[in-house]
Amino acid sequence: MKRFDTVRLAMAVFIASEAVFFAFLIAAYLFFSAATVHGPTARNSLDPPRTLVFTLCLLASSGTMWLAERRLSAARFGGFVLWLAATIVLGFVFILGQATEYAGLIMKSVTPERNLFGATFFTLTGFHGFHVFCGLVSMCVLLGLGFTRTFGEKEASGLAAISMYWHFVDAVWIVIFSLVYLTVWL
Amino acid sequence: MSDIPITPRLLEEPAPCAREGAWLEWISTVDHKRIGILYLATTLFFFAVGGVEALLMRIQLAWPGNTFLSPDAYDQVFTMHGTTMVFLVVVPMLLGLANYLTPLMIGARDMALPRLNAFSFWVFLFGGFLLYFSFVSGHAPAAGWFSYAPLSEKGYSTRYGLDYWALALLGIGVGTIATAINLIVTIINLRAEGMTIRRLPLFVWMVLVNSFLIIFALPALNASLVMLLIDRQLSAHFFTVMGGGSPILWQHYFWSFGHPEVYIMVLPAFGIISEVIPVFSRKPIFGYGFVAASTVAIALLSLGVWAHHMFAVGLGPAWNYAFGASSLLIAVPTGVKIFNWIATMWGGSIRFTTSLLFAVAFLFTFTIGGLSGVTFAAFPLDWQTTDSYYVVAHMHYVLFGGTLFAVMAGVYYWFPKMSGRMLSERWGVVHFWLMFIGFHLTFLIQHILGLDGMPRRVYTYPDRPGWAVMNLISTIGAFVIGISVLVFLANIVMSLRSGAPAGDNPWNAWTLEWATSSPPPEHNFDRIPPVHSARPLWDLMHREGRA
Repeated sequence: MKRFDTVRLAMAVFIASEAVFFAFLIAAYLFFSAATVHGPTARNSLDPPRTLVFTLCLLASSGTMWLAERRLSAARFGGFVLWLAATIVLGFVFILGQATEYAGLIMKSVTPERNLFGATFFTLTGFHGFHVFCGLVSMCVLLGLGFTRTFGEKEASGLAAISMYWHFVDAVWIVIFSLVYLTVWL
Repeated sequence: MSDIPITPRLLEEPAPCAREGAWLEWISTVDHKRIGILYLATTLFFFAVGGVEALLMRIQLAWPGNTFLSPDAYDQVFTMHGTTMVFLVVVPMLLGLANYLTPLMIGARDMALPRLNAFSFWVFLFGGFLLYFSFVSGHAPAAGWFSYAPLSEKGYSTRYGLDYWALALLGIGVGTIATAINLIVTIINLRAEGMTIRRLPLFVWMVLVNSFLIIFALPALNASLVMLLIDRQLSAHFFTVMGGGSPILWQHYFWSFGHPEVYIMVLPAFGIISEVIPVFSRKPIFGYGFVAASTVAIALLSLGVWAHHMFAVGLGPAWNYAFGASSLLIAVPTGVKIFNWIATMWGGSIRFTTSLLFAVAFLFTFTIGGLSGVTFAAFPLDWQTTDSYYVVAHMHYVLFGGTLFAVMAGVYYWFPKMSGRMLSERWGVVHFWLMFIGFHLTFLIQHILGLDGMPRRVYTYPDRPGWAVMNLISTIGAFVIGISVLVFLANIVMSLRSGAPAGDNPWNAWTLEWATSSPPPEHNFDRIPPVHSARPLWDLMHREGRA
């Protein structure tokens, strides 16, 4: 007797576990950012307006993911593939933004080695970026399946699970962006 | 079973799964029973390795001023012993049993995600190899199983042992979380018809609660390990004071995983006991609801007691009172369980099989370990006993005398199901008494050594009055345990070859795993008996009377 969709239930449990993981990294960031006195800090190194642009890309990608799901449930493959591709592009733009941000920071010798702001900042945003990357890889697999139009019930529940994951990664970024970047303006 | 009428509920034919070559079959398997056995065999191997490490330590400590191991080698050996026993033996041993039994007990074909299940096992195995590869790299980790910073940092542990330690534990942690997810989904989704949450076998109940504990506690370890690795590899300063970091943060993070971990190592053991005692007392469990609910209480409380490992840090009276109180509280649901088990045996027609002997030994030993555990919650006492052999005695009473005795009870109970053959009861009794006596010989006296001030984790000790003889007794006890393990291994090998055939249900037990053949076919059940209570096979055997 099947009570819930297996893959989606597993993803929900996985997300619960991941949320705890991020909670610990976020707690470490807050703990240490209060303690950082010398050297680079969020206030003197980060560029919130620039990151806001990339944040909007990531937020938009949650919307396009939702549209892709809608198209799939209406069995409109063309629209599904299009919106899924849009999601991947937006996610990729976000990663690109993060990569250039990292490059800029490292040029200014803001590194994990430098001080605790560097260490916690790169750890927290780095692990978020890694999660975005994993999401992109799995969406590329789904896109490949979408092109071949072999999208059965199994693939659909896989898509639903990846979509849950993607929204979660997005939500985590909203928390990180608020705590790390927006607090600069306080 | 053949004389018991079964209302057939035919399952559709399973997919054919013919493969060439037995080895390949084991390596490529996604069958939960095989993966369960792989887990158990692997943990048995690591148990032997960890046991040898323990014996090396006991030889070194047999008399004062011994030079069998150098101080540095001793540090590596106790670190590897602790890490091995916690991460490569106790937890995966229980996961292996959970893997094997959960689908059978709930009337399912397999786990919900069989390939993820195989992934979990292989990640765990290679995590274990990675940990032991540290020896090959020149230096095993030597900062203890909880690797306190700053000792675990680059400045103090200069060689690669700790990096292997952290990477291995990360891998094992990922595998453990994956298994927990798998078990949760399996138990929620794949229960047979009629198997409501209040009819779940108690073992499955404990596995379910345990899995939730894993998914919420393990990420704390993963986060700490990641930060430690970044410290070591990228020269960050999370846990070093010089760069502004906080070694105390490591302790908070590690123990907010580490204390739930203690319960992760014992909850499934409670489940085993809750299956074994009723069957051999011929009575249903006393207070099913209380056993289940107290498990949930333990799991929730266990997330809020971590700082009792840190009383000696000097966090301040507010922390100490709060965590002392919560740690005292956790003794209540645990005590409830002990009374449930005793009340189950009370007035029963008890059959003292080896399995039940181990279960009773569990009750006895675990209660002692629980009581010495309560003494740590009183932090002034903890200040006196912390980092002494009193702690070593306590944790071996709950982990060895508790969990391992329960696992032994489980092995004697379920071995017939897994292999189709009985373990020899005669050798089983020998194994039991050797292990029971050896255990208490080794660890009872360590309470006194600890109270007398002998510190743990030091490679030798001064010749104070009584210390030499007490340590020698402890060492002799350890070798008695070693002999008992050899008897156990011999019993397994002999019984696999020529043990008495077990039949489907040798113990007249009541849960679904006994409703299929021994060993079960790959698809587990040809037909699943109807489930109308927590004891479906009892209902089957006594249908006529009620109909």
